[in-house]
Amino acid sequence: MGTLGLDSLSRRYGGTVAVERVDLEVAEGELVALLGPSGCGKTTTLRMVAGFVPPSSGTVRIGGRDVTRLPPHARDTGMVFQSYALFPHMSVGRNVAFGLEMRGIGKAERETRVREALRLVRLEGLEDRLPRQLSGGQQQRVALARALVVNPAVFLLDEPLSNLDAKLRAEVRAEIRGLQQRLGLTTLFVTHDQEEALTMADRLVVMERGRVRQVGTAEAIYARPADLFVAGFIGRINVLRGRLEGPGRFLAEGPTGPAATLPCPAATPPARPVLTIRPERIGIRPGAESGIPARLVQTAYLGPRTEYHFDLGTPGSGPVPLLAIRDTPGPAEPLHRLRTGDAAGLHWEAEDALLLPDDPA
Amino acid sequence: MALQSLTGAVSPTTLPAGDGFGGAMAGWRLQRLAFGLAVGGAYALILAPVLAVMLISLFAQEIVSFPPDGFTLAWYGNAWDRREFARGFATSLQLALIAAAIGVPLGTAAALALDRSFRGRWQALGGALNTLLLGPLAVPGLVAGTALYIFYVRAEFWVDDDIKGTLPGLVAAHVLLTIPWTVRMVLASLAGLDRAPEEAAANLGARPFTVFRRVTLPMLRPGVVAASLFSFIQSFENLELTLLLVGPGRTTLPVAMLNYLEFRIDPTLAAVATVQILLVGALMLVTDRFVSLSRVV
Repeated sequence: MGTLGLDSLSRRYGGTVAVERVDLEVAEGELVALLGPSGCGKTTTLRMVAGFVPPSSGTVRIGGRDVTRLPPHARDTGMVFQSYALFPHMSVGRNVAFGLEMRGIGKAERETRVREALRLVRLEGLEDRLPRQLSGGQQQRVALARALVVNPAVFLLDEPLSNLDAKLRAEVRAEIRGLQQRLGLTTLFVTHDQEEALTMADRLVVMERGRVRQVGTAEAIYARPADLFVAGFIGRINVLRGRLEGPGRFLAEGPTGPAATLPCPAATPPARPVLTIRPERIGIRPGAESGIPARLVQTAYLGPRTEYHFDLGTPGSGPVPLLAIRDTPGPAEPLHRLRTGDAAGLHWEAEDALLLPDDPA
Repeated sequence: MALQSLTGAVSPTTLPAGDGFGGAMAGWRLQRLAFGLAVGGAYALILAPVLAVMLISLFAQEIVSFPPDGFTLAWYGNAWDRREFARGFATSLQLALIAAAIGVPLGTAAALALDRSFRGRWQALGGALNTLLLGPLAVPGLVAGTALYIFYVRAEFWVDDDIKGTLPGLVAAHVLLTIPWTVRMVLASLAGLDRAPEEAAANLGARPFTVFRRVTLPMLRPGVVAASLFSFIQSFENLELTLLLVGPGRTTLPVAMLNYLEFRIDPTLAAVATVQILLVGALMLVTDRFVSLSRVV
């Protein structure tokens, strides 16, 4: 096991930038997820760690040692590929034994460790099968066993769940996380699925167009996104444009004029602020006696929760949409009787809203 | 007409509809028949010469005429007794095996280089090399044979040793035959090859040559096996390129057959050709059991 460090790592293809000055420290036994839309550079970053893509500049350190110039076979990383990349002409046992064989480990020990690794991924007894005789989930677990059996310093996962169906995905997700924690594996995990990243990772690295936008725990990134891109990419969020009227008072503007004054934190605001608020932080009082006056435009019933689409607009402002998500109310609750077109008063704690700098665009 | 009256008799009240349906049915059957005839005709055209040769090898009379006077296996005996065919067969077999053994690794290496090394700004050069490697297919065998003959005569002067009429001279010429086939087939296999297992092998600690030996080559096996088979056949059956390069006592089977034909026309040649056809056919069947040829070719 070891730590992983990236220092100002960049990769350019001709004039286009795939990865731009990425700095990252992964502690021993930590699982860090690289998260972002496709083309954000997360896979290129992972492949630079594995040694398949030479960086244009910057360094990769594994266990404190600079491995930037080392070829893939000398790096001691264990990678699980998106397509699993099993050797089609070798049995499951030979697939898993391959890395041990390359390390010059004797036959007897090899067999013991292969059996051990297959037991770990619950595939004992399938040593003699060929990869094509296994289901997708089983192939996935063979790929895991093959990467784990060599005790790599760093464990690399490239969208390992994207080829599994939804039910299996949740299962394998828990399984990988369990293994990773039990074995204390230093892990870098690439995904475009925010749920995967939120549930599995100790820390998340949100990337966009080759750059790191924010690094932090799931809670920190969800509650305090650094910018509008991160706020919109992780979970859902309301973004309201307008201007500050005074400390803690944000005037939301519609297409044609000012609409409503909203509570926001009084701390020093950024230049050109927008107000953001998570939909589940918004309280709803049917009727319009108190709170921010709004009109219910549409509801969407999701079972345990219900989405309420409101409009904060006034006749002079044009529409100002706002989404609130609440637990689905029982028949006795007043919210149960709220109908499309009804007026309601909305409220939230000033500290639940977040002022972020507007996108330059 | 018969069909129309039949449908009419069965359901006289719905004559127009039944009539239309019967007509469509007849047209459909006619199409099926025409298609069957076309396919059958094509197969007959391809197989007729082969079957004719096999049949003629059994005819009793010396001058081929139809209908045959009777059937005999005597021509096979004659082919065996005339040692030039047996010797030619041995030479061709030896030559084809050596040529394939040299040409297939060379062609495979060339295909790998074309697929992987000529990227980016080198792509145009790769394209030119690809065309060059297919060259032997485009040059008529006799022309290439003549050119090689002249080249060998010059080269003999430089190295002060025999080249034309020797086995190494023949092998060098036949390697030229095997390369275009190998390059083509291995390139086709490489085009559909998933690179991820190779990366996985490197990731697990395999050095580049180990990756090639343990992962790349096994995954290319069908293409390489098919290339070996076709290289062997190309060399084994070649006449034109070989014609000027053989020497006394070192004649290939096709050249021996041509020599025989200069003096005699009897079913002995058909008997030899039949043996040749059966050998190639058997080779293809055996190969097909190991790798499905239809998947590669």
